[in-house]
Amino acid sequence: MSESSAVVQVRDLVKEHGHGESRVRAVDEVDLVVPEGQTLAVMGPSGCGKSTLLHLMGGLERPSRGEVWLAGQRIDGLSERALARMRRRSVGFVFQAFHLVEELSAVENVELPALLAGRSPRQARRRAGALLERVGLTARARHLPSQLSGGQRQRVAIARALANEPLVVLADEPTGNLDSAATLDVLRIFEELRSAGQTLVIVTHDERVAATADRLVSMRDGMFVDDTRLAGFHPRGLGGLIGLEG
Amino acid sequence: MQDAVLAMLAKEPSHGYGLRARLRQSLGPLGESMNPGQIYVTLSRLEKAGLVVCERADGLPERPDRKVYALTPAGQQRVATWLAEVGWPKPDMAEFHLKLVAAAAAWLADPVELIAAQRRELLRRLREAQQAILAEPAGSKATLLLEGVVLRLQADLRWLEVCERAWSRGGASRADDRVEGV
Repeated sequence: MSESSAVVQVRDLVKEHGHGESRVRAVDEVDLVVPEGQTLAVMGPSGCGKSTLLHLMGGLERPSRGEVWLAGQRIDGLSERALARMRRRSVGFVFQAFHLVEELSAVENVELPALLAGRSPRQARRRAGALLERVGLTARARHLPSQLSGGQRQRVAIARALANEPLVVLADEPTGNLDSAATLDVLRIFEELRSAGQTLVIVTHDERVAATADRLVSMRDGMFVDDTRLAGFHPRGLGGLIGLEG
Repeated sequence: MQDAVLAMLAKEPSHGYGLRARLRQSLGPLGESMNPGQIYVTLSRLEKAGLVVCERADGLPERPDRKVYALTPAGQQRVATWLAEVGWPKPDMAEFHLKLVAAAAAWLADPVELIAAQRRELLRRLREAQQAILAEPAGSKATLLLEGVVLRLQADLRWLEVCERAWSRGGASRADDRVEGV
């Protein structure tokens, strides 16, 4: 039952780097269930294993031990080829450094995953156009990444992550390279995805980004040290935030 | 509050409801939780203190006369002083700090647990403020206040991180003693 309602599930997950004496556990026996439609933030200091966890969840790395399930399918034992197909179809990635193809325009970057997944060029272009509109970049569709600001590039990357209507969007420090205005733009888009029911996992060290999530887990030394539900609390009145009442 | 109300009267004499509307607009989403009667309470205190005078304006025939408030010279002086004043709103950190110290000393509670609970509370408030900002149209001046709340909460959360590291070291003397930039 948990597998069917969970988009992502990991069990007893371990990832070790290095060998012998220098071996370190980046992820240390982690269990996690991300239900459909949840926005989950993973926070922790650099080196706590949060990015590794994200990579394991998206099939970018393989665990040393444990299980990774995506929409009821166990993926940690898949062949490279099957894993690549799964990533293309089911996972949207957003990275700190954007990772756009510099030679391609914004719209070409966004349509690329759809083309790779076998959609017709027309379908792919139509979808890319709609996604760029969603992130407010219709006017920049023909621009190369080098002609865009950091914030705009990240918005293109988010549109690209959505190209194949992924089961889950995995974002690794999505605002790490952005100023506060561009961060707000990205948070607005995440908020829109959240209300549209998109399952979203965001790894961040920025409390502000984490605070947009429904749920927050904190990591230290490869382990979860806290799991907090942020959403669904009765607002105590914004005035309480600045002592306006009374 | 008194100073802010006085300063808003510096532009021109105004009715209580006009002042209230201007205050609410300046405060944006935060203004919605303002008690409607607060402005009148404040104005009557200012009147008693001799900082504003209240005049009856000629009302429309069907309406009762409405009070118009204006600054007295003393009120103007106070506004000028207030504007020139440089202050720093004191964050209340001592109380929480002492709570941790007392809890640890008396073995009443685990400071790390207290920090975690405090952190959860601040994160929920941060979320509230953040949601309010995202709900406002981009570029609205009123969100500046919320932006201030967000930055303040972020600073508090970072302080809690420092506390957490120190108290978990002191408690269990963790092997992993690395230093993270804060």
